[in-house]
Amino acid sequence: MAVIRDVMPAFELLQPSSIADAQELLEQQGRDGWVLAGGMDSFDWLKDRIKKPKVVVDLSGIAELKGIRTTADGIEIGAMTTLTEVVQHPSIKGKYKLLAESAELVASPQIRNQGTIGGNVSQDARCWYYRAGWPCYRAGGNICYADTPEGRNREHAILHAERCVAVNPSDTAPALIALDAKFVIRTHKVERVIDAEDYFIGPDIDITSLHILQPGDLLTAIRIPSTWAGAQFYFEKVRDRNVWDFPLLNVASAMVVSNGGIERIRIAVNGAAARPLRLKAVEDAVRGKPANAATGEMAGKLAVQGAVALQFNAYKIPLMRNLVKRAIGGVEEAVWTS
Amino acid sequence: MDFLEWAKSPWGQNVPIHIAWFLIWVAVISGFLFFIVHAAYLRFFAKPKEFASSGSPLIAARIPEHVPRHSLTARLFHWIMAASMFTLLFTAFLPKVGFRFDWVTYHWIAGSVLTVSILFHIIHASFFMDFWSIWPDKIDIRDAGRRVLRFMGRPAPPPDKFAKYPLENKLYHGAIIAAGLSAIVTGVFMMFRVRTIFFPRNPYLFGDMTWGLMYVLHGLAGVGLIALIMVHVYFGLRPEKRAITKSMIFGWMSRDFYLKEHDPQRWPVESPTSSPASKGEAPEGLRDAG
Repeated sequence: MAVIRDVMPAFELLQPSSIADAQELLEQQGRDGWVLAGGMDSFDWLKDRIKKPKVVVDLSGIAELKGIRTTADGIEIGAMTTLTEVVQHPSIKGKYKLLAESAELVASPQIRNQGTIGGNVSQDARCWYYRAGWPCYRAGGNICYADTPEGRNREHAILHAERCVAVNPSDTAPALIALDAKFVIRTHKVERVIDAEDYFIGPDIDITSLHILQPGDLLTAIRIPSTWAGAQFYFEKVRDRNVWDFPLLNVASAMVVSNGGIERIRIAVNGAAARPLRLKAVEDAVRGKPANAATGEMAGKLAVQGAVALQFNAYKIPLMRNLVKRAIGGVEEAVWTS
Repeated sequence: MDFLEWAKSPWGQNVPIHIAWFLIWVAVISGFLFFIVHAAYLRFFAKPKEFASSGSPLIAARIPEHVPRHSLTARLFHWIMAASMFTLLFTAFLPKVGFRFDWVTYHWIAGSVLTVSILFHIIHASFFMDFWSIWPDKIDIRDAGRRVLRFMGRPAPPPDKFAKYPLENKLYHGAIIAAGLSAIVTGVFMMFRVRTIFFPRNPYLFGDMTWGLMYVLHGLAGVGLIALIMVHVYFGLRPEKRAITKSMIFGWMSRDFYLKEHDPQRWPVESPTSSPASKGEAPEGLRDAG
């Protein structure tokens, strides 16, 4: 582990007060610019002196990026809205409980008071080789230290590993995918709205980033349509320490059941790959079937097809299978199998 | 300005990890500069080619209308190699200049195709073709000296016409061998670092320094190939080289071009009694090539 030092390396601090100004500053700085949201990920990097940006663009003074607004078709959450605000918002607690549950399981209350929804979905990988500043693929090098015979890879990927085996650590990301959220991105003079699942990328596309943001891009808001409001939700996070930890795996599902059968469903897992995975094959397979243990069993097996365990993370395969089973069949009906 | 990127290994050793990616642009700009300089030279300064007289009219009379140059096998090899080379270059360097796509799988598949086609070419060229036709000979060296002297305005006899391949072509082939084999050999070892169908991953095959140098050599060969392939395409499109380019498609070149540029004594081609060559299809005895 890197030693946390007292003093961060010097950088120029820019504090814009509008989205337009922030975007322009990021555009000007390009790869030298660092976006600071809640700082929960950034300050690790900076205090460890692993990342040494020349310029930090602090978004905390931009009012447009904060708050939760009701729209004609759901809600819009500003990217700088804190996780605590997300957890406590009545509309989210009432209609989109899945997001509230996932946000409430992020880290500790203090971190949720400071951490933002935009930061949570945009945070970097927690692989300790990478965080320690070793020259791995994700850091621009030519090796994955975790994917070696002696590598400590208990927390790493079982699916879609491509040279780098780090995983995405976000808890809110799978919930947003299950809710069919849209991410609003301000790029050079253009605003793009993309599906939540397309915001995240694996190492096959870009091994140095977990999301599609390029230098100069800014995530401004997350929109949740009313499509899944009030649906049957399930969120479960498995972690080493229940008081405060990143997920080993988590699962989020939104399901509409009618006449005993699954009418509509969206399900996603995180912690299994470098990006949260929407399980489309599972969704297709269970649609029309009863939401019971047998369907969950079948779904769980389907979800882990193609999974490849590393030296120390084989447990993740039955874990993911059981989480998916519980997300569909329910906790009471499902029986844990190893 | 660093031409290589370095990192500190977990054991505190400074190791190279790959070339600096600005070298991609150096290669591309070098290629374009070559086009401009060469095209300007030919347009404004170059004198018409002069060759020493070669062969008798009797020999010339025996040359068929369509002179076979590249067999079907040789042409297939060339185009398979070209397709895999372009795939390799695009999948290697487009991600480095900002295009995001799943490139690794396409890259190692194209590399495998290139490796197999090169192995085939080595065997084919060694045992079924005129192996020495692509290597510079004494006349090439002597004529290169004569051409340099004449370019500088000093007295020298005109050079002989070319054998099957001009010296520049042979030197280019040598450069491609050096860059291509460097990329292939390092690329095969680098496949031990990714998951392929060929062998299990083994990141410990070499030490950090050796791996680093391997990535550097692979990168240098890669950017070298950018410039080399650009030059190759440029010559392939030049009007005065069109006969050679067409021969890589159809397998033959015209009798006129052959007699204008090539020496029948250095690259003998004989007309059969009934000449299928004149119909565009080379008889087996006349097929040569590279």
